[in-house]
Amino acid sequence: MTKRLGALGKAREFGILIALALVVIVATAKNPAFLFSSDGWRDLLLTPSILVLVAVGQAIVIITRNVDLSVGSVMGLSAYLTGRLFIDLPSLPIPVVVILAVAFGGFLGLVNGALVAFARVPAMVITLGTLYAYRGINVMWAGSSRVNASDMPREFLALGTEQILTIPILAIVAFLVLAAAAWYMRNTRGGREYYAIGSDPAAAELYGLKVTRRVLTAFILSGALAGLAGVFYAARYGSVSSQAGAGWELDAVGAAVIGGVAITGGVGTVWGAAIGAVLLMTINRALPILGIPDFWQRAVVGVLIIGAIVLDRWLAVRQRRRLIEARDES
Amino acid sequence: MPDAAAPVVLELSKVVKSFGAVIALRSGSLRLQTGSIHALIGENGAGKSTLVKIVAGLYRRDGGEFRLDGEEVDFTSTAQSKAAGIAVIYQEPTLFPDLSVTENIFMGRQLTGRLGRIDRKAMRHEVERLFTRLGVTIDPDRPAEGLSIADQQVIEIAKAVSLDAKVLIMDEPTAALSGVEVDRLFAIARSLRDEGRGLIFISHRFDEVFALCDTVTVMRDGSYISTTPIADTTPAELVRQMVGRDVTDLFPKQDAEIGEPLLEVAGLTSPGVFHDIAFTVRAGEIVGLAGLVGAGRSEVARAIFGVDDYREGTVTMKGRRIRRGRPTEAMRAGIALVPEDRRKQGLVIESGVGRNITMAIRRQLSHFGLITTGIENRAAREWASRLEVKSHALDTVAATLSGGNQQKVVLAKWLATRPDVLIIDEPTRGIDVGTKSEVHRLLSQLAGEGMGILMISSELPEVLGMADRVLVMREGRITAEIDRADATSENVMFAATHATQEHAA
Repeated sequence: MTKRLGALGKAREFGILIALALVVIVATAKNPAFLFSSDGWRDLLLTPSILVLVAVGQAIVIITRNVDLSVGSVMGLSAYLTGRLFIDLPSLPIPVVVILAVAFGGFLGLVNGALVAFARVPAMVITLGTLYAYRGINVMWAGSSRVNASDMPREFLALGTEQILTIPILAIVAFLVLAAAAWYMRNTRGGREYYAIGSDPAAAELYGLKVTRRVLTAFILSGALAGLAGVFYAARYGSVSSQAGAGWELDAVGAAVIGGVAITGGVGTVWGAAIGAVLLMTINRALPILGIPDFWQRAVVGVLIIGAIVLDRWLAVRQRRRLIEARDES
Repeated sequence: MPDAAAPVVLELSKVVKSFGAVIALRSGSLRLQTGSIHALIGENGAGKSTLVKIVAGLYRRDGGEFRLDGEEVDFTSTAQSKAAGIAVIYQEPTLFPDLSVTENIFMGRQLTGRLGRIDRKAMRHEVERLFTRLGVTIDPDRPAEGLSIADQQVIEIAKAVSLDAKVLIMDEPTAALSGVEVDRLFAIARSLRDEGRGLIFISHRFDEVFALCDTVTVMRDGSYISTTPIADTTPAELVRQMVGRDVTDLFPKQDAEIGEPLLEVAGLTSPGVFHDIAFTVRAGEIVGLAGLVGAGRSEVARAIFGVDDYREGTVTMKGRRIRRGRPTEAMRAGIALVPEDRRKQGLVIESGVGRNITMAIRRQLSHFGLITTGIENRAAREWASRLEVKSHALDTVAATLSGGNQQKVVLAKWLATRPDVLIIDEPTRGIDVGTKSEVHRLLSQLAGEGMGILMISSELPEVLGMADRVLVMREGRITAEIDRADATSENVMFAATHATQEHAA
């Protein structure tokens, strides 16, 4: 019984992986260059890398039964900060700039987390507020100016294009971060406590778990990952305006939900969220190849999200019914 | 019987706790020895829960002494109390539904290896060892979701044992258990006692208190009344101490003239939940629906009222069919349902008493579609006073009332609709002795006025004392129908636990 349930859980992520494979196969059949060209192969890995980072952070927050809608703005602000640091303090070594940008993202996450954890206001409201506030700061700071590729050191921009064994560096970094987050979520007390808090916050209090601290950390992690995504963004696109990352929060939530992270908390994995992110980005690139107009691309994403939620609900109902019937038979 | 010289592990004396103007605990005292099972009894609102919450670290006391192993302690969090060796098993177990049984037992203190990596294998071994010791078979890998309340409690106990708790507090653990499950729980409790732990057992059921405990402490109105060895006291004596008066007739069913059939149910079936349910409730009759928790009684009630769907069968009220899944239609036909879970299903817990009472008659009350508090309170006052709801005012928030008063508010809400048939699920669960007999008197009076009552109850004395006819359900089927005159605790219990079809009707 439980084994089958466990297999079901695995099947949840497996299903998305199959969907992803299908998209790649169909697109490649239509246009072999989608996979079998150096550009196609690189884009397949590179394009989703940034969203993977944001989605992993988002998944951690959602697992604690919260949500972080500010990640797009945090990412944009960190990307702009990265560019500004290169312009204003040209002597700063690249690793220091990266660390500063990530720390800055973490700080913005801390603000979110503190407001959520101490003010006891739903995360949706708080982060909707900071989504606008952070973007506002970005616009105030950048105005209509933008950071261009020529403002940033060549070695930094190379991070966004170079590859090791045909695999883009950004994809490798994203994968390492993902693997570390997955390990943390599965194998440490902290990780398991995120699940516990999301599964039943009241019970978590009674267990004596440090709920406030954990929620705070989840938001810091999400902010820091969005900060790292901002660095990636600057390196990959080479140009950062005040609108960088706008709308990404919805892609991140969508990726997590498609990947099987329950919006009500306690269920799902960062692996699922990452695969969801890859699927989202790959579909966006595949649809034009398949000749599907721009207009429909958003609709397809919508169908995916609703489909994922309906599937989760159906699985939950089926599991409950099965448990009741098992009790009936015994 | 613990040795009189056995060391005292937990001692509270003259503990005080108030919330604003409300004094929850005037002077709470308790002395728990090691190797003892200590009963803590008292009416609802007597301060037992407050005392327990202070020990658990959920509340901080305002005054008095609190000693653990002879040392003065003051917990500011549940984590501290837990670390000091105190485990509390609440009435409703608090588990994480999405996590596995093993994770639930170890949450917050998982066994870890290098790099803080959780050692799942070691945890699983430990759980298997615990379960063997407790004599239960629960799959350690299954999610907590869907476990029966009995199994959830076993998990709470396993947690306490793995913590090596010195003090184990069980707050009404048997309220939702069947006979077999109670026996299992008691066996576990006794073995924990024999290991030298101190147990506190809170219950409203005297037979259990006398079967399990060695010492009993009575509380009343937030104060300590007495502590006696169980061998030196009697249930009557304890009731007297609890209520401060004699309660002679717990179940005062008056004779009522039984009239026309009102509610007729035929062939009601919902696969996996209940099968082929058929019975009739007549005017002036109280029909008891007995059985173990999980037998499907509440589900039948919900289906009749139209809250849950069913696949086959018919529900007829005074000859008129009630379509399935239509609670409004059932209400209009004169059926009322007082659910088991008052807080979640019976009350709008954040609303005032007045608004709650008038909840089901809002349509009649409104003038031009508008309702004012004045209209509400006028309508509510009649029922609140008739049922003697104890609250300062009709705008008192329902959440702050005691269980007994909440039940009265839910009853008032439905009686305000002037129903012909009242379906009442566990009318006195978690209600103190005094209010209990008030509820019974009221039900009996309503039947006397010609109302038909279907009373679901897990308490045998209540069923036997109140019902004109007893239906017994077991695993979704009616296994017996017994007349008042023939009903005994033996034959009802037999039908509730044995598969043999024994249709007396």
